[in-house]
Amino acid sequence: MGNTDNIRLIFEDGSEYSGRSFGFKRSVAGEVVFNTAMTGYPESLTDPSYKGQILVLTYPLIGNYGTPKYDIENQLLKYYESDKIHISGLIVSDYSFKFSHWNADGSLADWLKKSEVPGIYGIDTRALTKKLREKGTMLGKIVHAGNDVEWYDPNRDNLVAEVSIRRKETYGKGSNVVMLVDCGVKNNIIRYLLEKDTTVIRVPWDYEFAQDDYDGLFISNGPGDPKMCKATIAQLEKAIKGDKPIFGICLGNQLLSLASGADTYKLKYGHRSHNQPVIKVGTNRAYITSQNHGFAVNNDTLGDEWEPLFININDQTNEGMKHRTRPIFSTQFHPEASGGPTDTAFLFDEFIAMIKKQK
Amino acid sequence: MITEIKKVLVLGSGALKIGEAGEFDYSGSQALKALREEGVMTILINPNIATVQTSEKIAGKIYFLPVTPYFVEQVICKEKPDGVLLAFGGQTALNCGIELFKNGVLDKYNVRVLGTPVQAIMDTEDREFFVNKLAEIEVKTPTSIAVTNVSDALKAAEEIGFPLIIRAAYALGGQGSGFCSSDDELKALAQKAFTYTEQILVEESLKGWKEVEYEVVRDRHDNCITVCNMENFDPLGIHTGESIVVAPSQTLTNSEYHKLRELSIKIIRHIGVVGECNVQYALDPDSEDYRVIEVNARLSRSSALASKATGYPLAFIAAKLALGYGLHELKNSVTKTTTACFEPALDYIVCKIPRWDLDKFQGVSHHIGSSMKSVGEVMAIGRTFEESIQKGLRMIGQGMHGFVGNRDLTFDNLDKELAEPTDMRIFVIADAMEKGYTVEKIHKLTRIDNWFLHKLTNIVNLKNDLVKSRKPENVSGEKLLEAKVLGFSDFQLARYILNSQVEEIEKGLLKIRNYRKKLGILPFVKQIDTLAAEYPAQTNYLYLTYSGIEHDIDFGDKDKTSMIVLGSGAYRIGSSVEFDWCTVNALDTVKDEGYRSVMINFNPETVSTDYDICDRLYFDELSFERVMDIIDLEQPGGVIVSMGGQIPNNLAMRLHKQGVKIMGTSPESIDNAENRHKFSMMLDKIHVDQPKWKELTNIKDIHEFVGRIGYPVLVRPSYVLSGAAMNVVSNEEELDHFLELAANVSKQYPVVVSEFIEQAKEIEIDAIAQKGEIIAYAISEHVEFAGVHSGDATMIFPPQKIYFETVRRIKKISRQVAENLKITGPFNMQFLAKDNDIKVIECNLRASRSMPFVSKVLKTNLIEMATLVMLGKDIEKPNKSIFELDYVGVKAPQFSFSRLQKADPVLGVDMSSTGEVGCLGEDFYEGILKAMLSVGYSIPKKGILLSTGPARSKVELVNSARALVEKGYELYATRGTQRFLETNGIKAIPVAWPDEKVEPNALDLITTKKVDFVVNIPKDLSKTELDNDYTIRRSAVDYNIPLITNARLASAFILAFCKLDMKDIAIKSWDEY
Repeated sequence: MGNTDNIRLIFEDGSEYSGRSFGFKRSVAGEVVFNTAMTGYPESLTDPSYKGQILVLTYPLIGNYGTPKYDIENQLLKYYESDKIHISGLIVSDYSFKFSHWNADGSLADWLKKSEVPGIYGIDTRALTKKLREKGTMLGKIVHAGNDVEWYDPNRDNLVAEVSIRRKETYGKGSNVVMLVDCGVKNNIIRYLLEKDTTVIRVPWDYEFAQDDYDGLFISNGPGDPKMCKATIAQLEKAIKGDKPIFGICLGNQLLSLASGADTYKLKYGHRSHNQPVIKVGTNRAYITSQNHGFAVNNDTLGDEWEPLFININDQTNEGMKHRTRPIFSTQFHPEASGGPTDTAFLFDEFIAMIKKQK
Repeated sequence: MITEIKKVLVLGSGALKIGEAGEFDYSGSQALKALREEGVMTILINPNIATVQTSEKIAGKIYFLPVTPYFVEQVICKEKPDGVLLAFGGQTALNCGIELFKNGVLDKYNVRVLGTPVQAIMDTEDREFFVNKLAEIEVKTPTSIAVTNVSDALKAAEEIGFPLIIRAAYALGGQGSGFCSSDDELKALAQKAFTYTEQILVEESLKGWKEVEYEVVRDRHDNCITVCNMENFDPLGIHTGESIVVAPSQTLTNSEYHKLRELSIKIIRHIGVVGECNVQYALDPDSEDYRVIEVNARLSRSSALASKATGYPLAFIAAKLALGYGLHELKNSVTKTTTACFEPALDYIVCKIPRWDLDKFQGVSHHIGSSMKSVGEVMAIGRTFEESIQKGLRMIGQGMHGFVGNRDLTFDNLDKELAEPTDMRIFVIADAMEKGYTVEKIHKLTRIDNWFLHKLTNIVNLKNDLVKSRKPENVSGEKLLEAKVLGFSDFQLARYILNSQVEEIEKGLLKIRNYRKKLGILPFVKQIDTLAAEYPAQTNYLYLTYSGIEHDIDFGDKDKTSMIVLGSGAYRIGSSVEFDWCTVNALDTVKDEGYRSVMINFNPETVSTDYDICDRLYFDELSFERVMDIIDLEQPGGVIVSMGGQIPNNLAMRLHKQGVKIMGTSPESIDNAENRHKFSMMLDKIHVDQPKWKELTNIKDIHEFVGRIGYPVLVRPSYVLSGAAMNVVSNEEELDHFLELAANVSKQYPVVVSEFIEQAKEIEIDAIAQKGEIIAYAISEHVEFAGVHSGDATMIFPPQKIYFETVRRIKKISRQVAENLKITGPFNMQFLAKDNDIKVIECNLRASRSMPFVSKVLKTNLIEMATLVMLGKDIEKPNKSIFELDYVGVKAPQFSFSRLQKADPVLGVDMSSTGEVGCLGEDFYEGILKAMLSVGYSIPKKGILLSTGPARSKVELVNSARALVEKGYELYATRGTQRFLETNGIKAIPVAWPDEKVEPNALDLITTKKVDFVVNIPKDLSKTELDNDYTIRRSAVDYNIPLITNARLASAFILAFCKLDMKDIAIKSWDEY
């Protein structure tokens, strides 16, 4: 067993759970959310959409395959979704101190320590999940050695500004130029786009892209309340009136909706998993998708020119929308997966096809 | 849904055998339920009478007939079904379906194959088609060359290079498969494989790669999901049925997991499966390279396991998809609100462990490899790997207490044992760790992933910590909890902390239990909900874990009184689906009577572990500790221990001592029947005879006793070193040999020696008593004389050939016993009858193996009745007498010798059959013919080889040999038999023994398939048989030629097929009798 000591997880409702530390030893506060995926902790931890959140993994055995190498491909870390861990803290049931994998470079614990992120194991993560399911997402804090910290509600901050790229960066040399508005983009989105003969211009969330030349616009995923991204929404309001193809994922779906005049709301406990079923509206085609969102688009508020594209089969929430006539569509789920199922990767092809058609 | 489908035929899998067992009762039952829910009339063909699926509640119409093209065609012709389901009865149903498709029967009668099209099935079954099919979509399969003869196999080997694996196409559970690393090995394997199949595959060996499986579902709209993936603890090279398997995979990254998932979906789409299929992969442990090893386009053992591991009812959903539903149109059976179109998220780890019974067989190798030998399996659920595997190792039921804490499990040549795994592999690893082997060294020898080995090391390390403490007070609550989180039982803790010896371990574990209860270290009940708590579950599919702080269910709920039924555990030789039927029926009755029905069982192959069968299902250990944990929570009105066979029965007294209310017969009475001395005293008191016996503690006394009663004697050691647990010996030499080789005799380990009565009829009674009075009973007789284990015997009910006087006396004795033991509930007694002299040989105060058989033949559910009386209901005696039946039921055993290389296929006092069938006939001959055809015999068309053993059996077979000649069969006989037949005026061609280089030779007749039926009667009752006879028997099995080794049974079968032709066999459903 590794070096452990007692550490507490405290919720805003006053409940407390004690476990053992396996990450960095410090106190943090944030919003506590759960993810039910059974694989993919390196991907989840580096997903910028988790900014400000303490992540509970419902799968109990974590750390089994360590953490992958820091190989770089196309200017991006090959095995991670961004350059660093974005979660504020990690809660698991059973941490594997020994890992085993051909591609492992180190342990999850070492990575957390190096990244100054606390980790707790020995917690009844199922009990936590049920609590969050019943009472909704809650603020919480990890308190180490009695060093209390203030509560922190990430949804009051513009988290996108914190995770977005600072300066424009260009990837690839393909013939289709994609303007990618980075609200906290996952690397795999860029990887998918680059596979399809594209040049990806990744720009900050508030970048005024209208001035630039591009063939298609992509709005990425990202953390927090979409309504915080006023600058992006303002840009999109203009962009959706044009002819250029637009594809949005997750926060991108919400931002496009807000730009189109629709409304978003906070879900009770969100969708964070690899097994969310969605159905393409008007068809019998269903897909299993990877998701990570706490906010959703209100289907009833979609404007006349817009229609839902996908619906969640479990709770009927919006999973995407499209413009009735123009080449604009978005999904609430993550077609780029990583982690999660790759069923909807074809949407990237559809986006590129739209671009080609429009050019 | 396809509305024109009103009547559907479902094919079952027949008798349980190695590679095709209880999982298909579960799959079939689920399918039948799904069809019934849609208002579809169902017709089931399955001769396995002990199954749950062959119940009125499950299937519309039931035919206890062989699942062979001939009989299925007859049923189709009679019933005219609209559709047929082929995917729910294992390889048996699939092969039969393919045959009916190929020979045009399905077309002829306009029967639609529902679900996966037959062509798709054939694409996966024929290796070459399969490889080509996957190559079309650029999916990798192992380099493989299909050949149809041995010389081509050798050529293929040259091309690929050794080591190689040989696989037989269209074979059950890897039959005829194996590894080889030389031309000679290849030749031997190939020759044998060609006896099962016309085509074999010579393939690159991927030994040491990870083995991973996916269960994939597709609907007609092309929607696909993977319900579960599973990773084998043992790397490739060991059949998945022989492997410890975990779900979900543990050592795969997201990228690997989803790469294989994506491939699975690509494959299922390309093949065109509608329903369920299983894809097995080999995954390189050093890269993301992979090969697809196998695709099964049907429900399988893995799909049953996956259903239990996830809570996703694969067979049920597959049946609905076959009717035309889309996945998104179906509901998740656990949450009842979310869709069935999703992939379960687990928040626990399950561990499947195979159960072997290799000790039951003479001559069989204990090595495990690419073909399956295990007879059952268990599934353990936990929130740590350590908890899960330790639970599982206890569940196996062979006296193990977990990964550590097992006495006398040391191995001499560890390196060899690790490199060449046997059924003891996991305990070899424990011993190696104990002896200081590093994880790296063990990994090198076993290729088991380091992650698993590190986890196992955690168990050993903690054990070493505990040993140092010496008394409970020295162990902190934290340490104790840690031990429980790592799956340590109170027994293990008593052994380590208290150093409790065998005699006082019972006290020790109670001491530990009380200590930890005082510290508040208690397990918590968690639900399996398919969505990792994201949505609330409406079902109570439960397990217990120490990684928790709260229960998922509310035990304060006192709306109903809980009634716990204990299940039967792993299927093994001597206890299988029959007890599942009993427990399921007990649960139904308990529920109907207004109780909360609670089940505890851990066998993933069963219907009783289906969460919709009871109000609360605890998928957990049937150990004293765990059952008490559950009782503490449930505070039940009572516990039913008499339905699940011996495991729960053995708990009766221990639970009783803790103040638990045992329903029905009192635990003292159970003990009075189980305890040989007490039972004997009771029989003496009521003047009932039994064979003479004595418990002896030294060799001298044994000889003295045997000198008094005379040979042959039955010897039952209480401590077995190797080989069979009991044996019949006929002379002093055999006795000494057996005692020397197989048994340890001492005060601590006495040996029971009993008189063995030859040429005696064996008769059984299954009965239900209420407060000591029998209210229903069924008497049946064995075809074989005593000496064949009752589980291996062919049983006739109602009896056809016993004296009325015998029946009367058996009834009288049974009444006396019931009265004396104050039985309330089921019981079974076995008797020997010789010249109206009746002796009691066995008495069990619980449901028996034959309970479903006699219940279904009688059309009276004895278990329901037994449960009612145990619940205290007054039952009116049914006024039905067994002699009123105008038909006969015959139960026949199914053997799996072909799976067990080198095992001698003889019958003895220890049971060796793996399953059974039960058929109905107008008379005994029709019944036995159906039953024999159902367990794989066929009416011979060519020649018959007779080798009829001792004089007694030679005489026994004279009439049947004459009947064969009259019927026009050509008889071949070994020398003595031929001479004997000749003197009786029966013509037979004399043949030489296998070791004689003379033509014609018995062995050649078999290998060239000149004969298609072999009768070989062992010379004596000992298991050390002459080599020649063994060779004949074994070759018959290896070359797939029907073999009978018992003269009485051979005679009955022969007379049956001489009297009746196939066309004389009535195609009648159960309700038509």
